[in-house]
Amino acid sequence: MTRPIRMRVRLDGDVAEIRALIDHPMETGLRKDSKTGELVPLHFIRNLTVSLDGKPVLEAQWGQAIARNPYIQFRVRGAKADDEVSIEWVDNRGERGHASTKVPPAG
Amino acid sequence: MKMRADRRSFLRSWAAGAAATALGWLQPVLALAAGWNKAAFEAGNIEGAIQFAGVGEAIPSEDIVIKAPEIAENGAQVPVEIQSNIPGTDQILIFSDKNVQPYVGLFEFRNGAEPFISTRIKMGDTSKLRAVVRANGKYYVKMREVKVTIGGCGT
Repeated sequence: MTRPIRMRVRLDGDVAEIRALIDHPMETGLRKDSKTGELVPLHFIRNLTVSLDGKPVLEAQWGQAIARNPYIQFRVRGAKADDEVSIEWVDNRGERGHASTKVPPAG
Repeated sequence: MKMRADRRSFLRSWAAGAAATALGWLQPVLALAAGWNKAAFEAGNIEGAIQFAGVGEAIPSEDIVIKAPEIAENGAQVPVEIQSNIPGTDQILIFSDKNVQPYVGLFEFRNGAEPFISTRIKMGDTSKLRAVVRANGKYYVKMREVKVTIGGCGT
């Protein structure tokens, strides 16, 4: 199963602002299913890496308290148009996600 | 840090002899080989989480800026922004003291990334939000109270 990642990158000078929204339930293991009353099993992203032009720029370790459909926004210096921005994650079940886009021209 | 460097040099030497298509397939898997601090994330109180995360000696600092709502109506989606103005910052760690498991996450900034992160977290209850940053190997901390109307861990 592929979970979509939405990415937006903006270049201002040589600073790339990277925003990403990752489709993932981030289940805490404490939520009860409204129909069955059973606890929904723990299911959350543990590791996420964002790379710019092949080099890691953000490496994250997460617990289940990152909100559902995780959102991140951060900035990287030394970026230029056409650099590749890629995101990848792995969760506690070993499921993985990956997406990439190009840095657009400044403006 | 040493392990990472070793891994990269291994990757480089290995990549030289590998077909480009094979590399394209393998790279994402290898780049994610970073660790996950199980003891810290599974700690059931803030003292344990801080101890296992190795940040017990953090020095209070006003050079860390936490942006978060004073009152969060929905604890399931609390927007949080953390900026470190301490030179040499390469990590930001987030804790929500009263969560069932207080350690929320670690963000490490490398290769030109600025020490700033904006994200959304879950808060189970009204609690201190704790931002710890690492700068030149030392840890610094700033706290901020967030009132939560409806807790976000069982939703």
